[in-house]
Amino acid sequence: MIGFVLRRTLEAIPVLLVVFTVAFFLVRLAPGGPFDSEKRASPQVLQQLESQYRLNEPLYSQYLDYLGGVLHGDFGPSFRKPGRTVSEWIALRFPVSLELGTYALLVALAVGMGAGLLAALRPNSALDHGTMSVAMLGICLPGFVLGPLLVLVFALWLGWLPVMGWSTPMHKILPSITLGAAYAAYIARLARGGMLEVLAQDFIRTARAKGLSETRIVLRHALRGGVQPVVAFLGPAAAGLFTGSFVVETIFQVPGLGREFVESAFNRDYTMVIGSVLVYAVLVVALNLVADIALALLDPRVRAQ
Amino acid sequence: MRFTVIGALAAVVIFAATGCSWRDTGALPGAVLRVGNGAEPQELDPHQVTGQPEHRILGALFEGLADIDLTTMEPVPATAESWEISPDGRVYTFHIRQNARWSNGDPVTAHDFAYAWQRVLSPKLGSEYAYLLHCIRGARDYNDGKTADFRTVGVRVPDDRTLELTLDNPTPYLLAMQTHQAWFPVHRATIEKFGAMDERGTLWTRPGNHVGNGAFMLAEWQPNDVLRVRRNPNYWNTAKVRLDGIEFYPIDNQQTEERSFRAGNLDLTSTVPMHKTAIYRKEHPDLMKICPDLGVYFYRINATRPPFTDARVRRALVLALNRDEIANNVMKAGETPAVSLVPPNTGGYTSRAAVKYDPETARALLAEAGFPGGRDMKPVEILYNSSDAHRIIAETVQRMWRDNLGIDVRLINQDWKVYLSAVNTLDYDVARGGWIADVADPVNFLECFQTDTGNNRTGWSSPEYDSLIRASYAEPDNAKRLELLQQAEAILLDSAPIIPIYIYTWKFLQSSDVHGLILNPLDLLRWTDMWIERGKGGAR
Repeated sequence: MIGFVLRRTLEAIPVLLVVFTVAFFLVRLAPGGPFDSEKRASPQVLQQLESQYRLNEPLYSQYLDYLGGVLHGDFGPSFRKPGRTVSEWIALRFPVSLELGTYALLVALAVGMGAGLLAALRPNSALDHGTMSVAMLGICLPGFVLGPLLVLVFALWLGWLPVMGWSTPMHKILPSITLGAAYAAYIARLARGGMLEVLAQDFIRTARAKGLSETRIVLRHALRGGVQPVVAFLGPAAAGLFTGSFVVETIFQVPGLGREFVESAFNRDYTMVIGSVLVYAVLVVALNLVADIALALLDPRVRAQ
Repeated sequence: MRFTVIGALAAVVIFAATGCSWRDTGALPGAVLRVGNGAEPQELDPHQVTGQPEHRILGALFEGLADIDLTTMEPVPATAESWEISPDGRVYTFHIRQNARWSNGDPVTAHDFAYAWQRVLSPKLGSEYAYLLHCIRGARDYNDGKTADFRTVGVRVPDDRTLELTLDNPTPYLLAMQTHQAWFPVHRATIEKFGAMDERGTLWTRPGNHVGNGAFMLAEWQPNDVLRVRRNPNYWNTAKVRLDGIEFYPIDNQQTEERSFRAGNLDLTSTVPMHKTAIYRKEHPDLMKICPDLGVYFYRINATRPPFTDARVRRALVLALNRDEIANNVMKAGETPAVSLVPPNTGGYTSRAAVKYDPETARALLAEAGFPGGRDMKPVEILYNSSDAHRIIAETVQRMWRDNLGIDVRLINQDWKVYLSAVNTLDYDVARGGWIADVADPVNFLECFQTDTGNNRTGWSSPEYDSLIRASYAEPDNAKRLELLQQAEAILLDSAPIIPIYIYTWKFLQSSDVHGLILNPLDLLRWTDMWIERGKGGAR
């Protein structure tokens, strides 16, 4: 197992290098620059700004310089917000996205697993069709529809929850539900499928034949195999949740990394884009690894491989 | 359910790690105004920012030499208690108030202003608004790095409380410009404690470090969450200030801002979503405020690309546009049609020349240029940056040109920076543009279209126009100066490298708890005039 983790970690290095390189050149090749605006600064000022941020040097030397900085943990200053470094921005905003993502994941797991199990235990019943229809709706309903709807009902009509912000626990409820909803729906469908497949297998029939209680069969024997599709899905899904959602963070004015990432891409804040992309890449790699380890723990066949 | 348990544990750990999440952070006591402020401020350094959100915050944290009386739009004393202007209009002598203080209690002196201006003009700082100070003698050369000796610049400090400014040309709007952040003073000891004078992005603007001379001082800055300022007890006129603090919320999503206002969490918004303006005008006209702005929405025509090299084709496009319909039926928030580049009554100037809607003449001009009924004319592309409002206007223009001129019009929308890059490199036929005055003076609009200025972006050039603008700079008599600008604008509108469309409006929502806000065409929010009476109205 240690060898496996070590190998996967080493494999991540070239992946991250490629991600960095592609991000660097893509953002630099996009038309427009960080200092373009409706009111155009004088050529002297633009030249000064470009030379300060070394944008007037050849691209390859900027690339090597910046790569050297990043290897030492220095992502440089944000171009748009000169008073803060990219590392500082990420340190400020990633924890917020991580927190929101965690709550959303909890919502998704609790609702999704519950609904999936219920549906799988009574396949083709009204309960099954009902939960799966709701799940389908959850997948189809995008955050920018669900978010404002929840705000309308719970904040503006009922007045129970705040419209936006991220300062108290009450502020965190609606964004977490909005972000978690679509994932809950996916998890419900995956859990149902996984459970149905396992419940149809011989060892479950054996367990039933031995006279085990249904609760014991489901929780002790079937669940272990039934959640495998969910676990495989959770790796990349968690990375997506933890790095923040532009839509949900914008609707609820959550000061997270997802908004910063999209805004920085629009603003050609080169360093900020690359920093955010790398955070995302590291998370995807790490969480996929965690998912693989979890799968191995759950399934002896995977372990044997 | 092992994973839920693990997840719950992880959540607890993260909750603990991110800390402070269970309590609301430092809400200010007393009468606090809550303001929706558009975007997150880039910085709080008056010499390094360009946007409106920053301008609003800096107007609370700093004060210039003079201010503007928002009812008369005339300059009034601020940090300077008085001034004299030489008969030729080229030398201004300001007298700083004895009781003017920085937020840390230090006296504000004439040296602070001279230092600030040297800083904003330093080439290395790269201040995008430094050009507003180019009216000072020698300032442009210093800003361009042609000299490193600030003594060559027309700023003199005879004593701590006297500041003498020598200009190249009489600049009638010099006093009005003092409300712009580029002219604000900075506290030298604070700047130099955190870096060199001309160093970008130092830590002096953080809470605890920041020192200003405005009516308020920085209390808290949670990026992308809230920025709080509280009353500055050292401000010279603090007795007049009725607000205990202001909270600026950087809400860039207009719908979120409007919902927050509706829930009673904001007293002022930065704008009103386009699709809500009609509803507010009908159902809550008391909450929605509309004021004509010193800004114009227009289209640029690429005068370097055939067939638009022919002025007759450009004129035909101008004449075939029904501005009344766009302003009244498309925008619907009290916008007025723009018949000139400079909005009416800008610094006492209203253009005599005006564009009009005349499809007959437009068709005749197009035929004369070789495209009768739009035949043989290649499709015209309208370029705009992606936004609903721009799209709706472009679609309306598309229909008008097709119906009136018989030409095929295609719409191209691009992301903001791609659009800017295309406009800057003249890679377009017709492109959306906008200009909001930095200073309430017609020259601020008209100087954009001189040959080779960065904001021209049409490729259009007229030596006569250029010389009129240059002559206006040197003209000491204001009436004659405005006359020169009249002539210049007539040339611009006749030659038609631009199509004026409508005059911007400043529109926002204001809770009935807020009092003392004076609407004005410069969108200035004068925090020192405002006060709050809670509970007598409310946002709902």
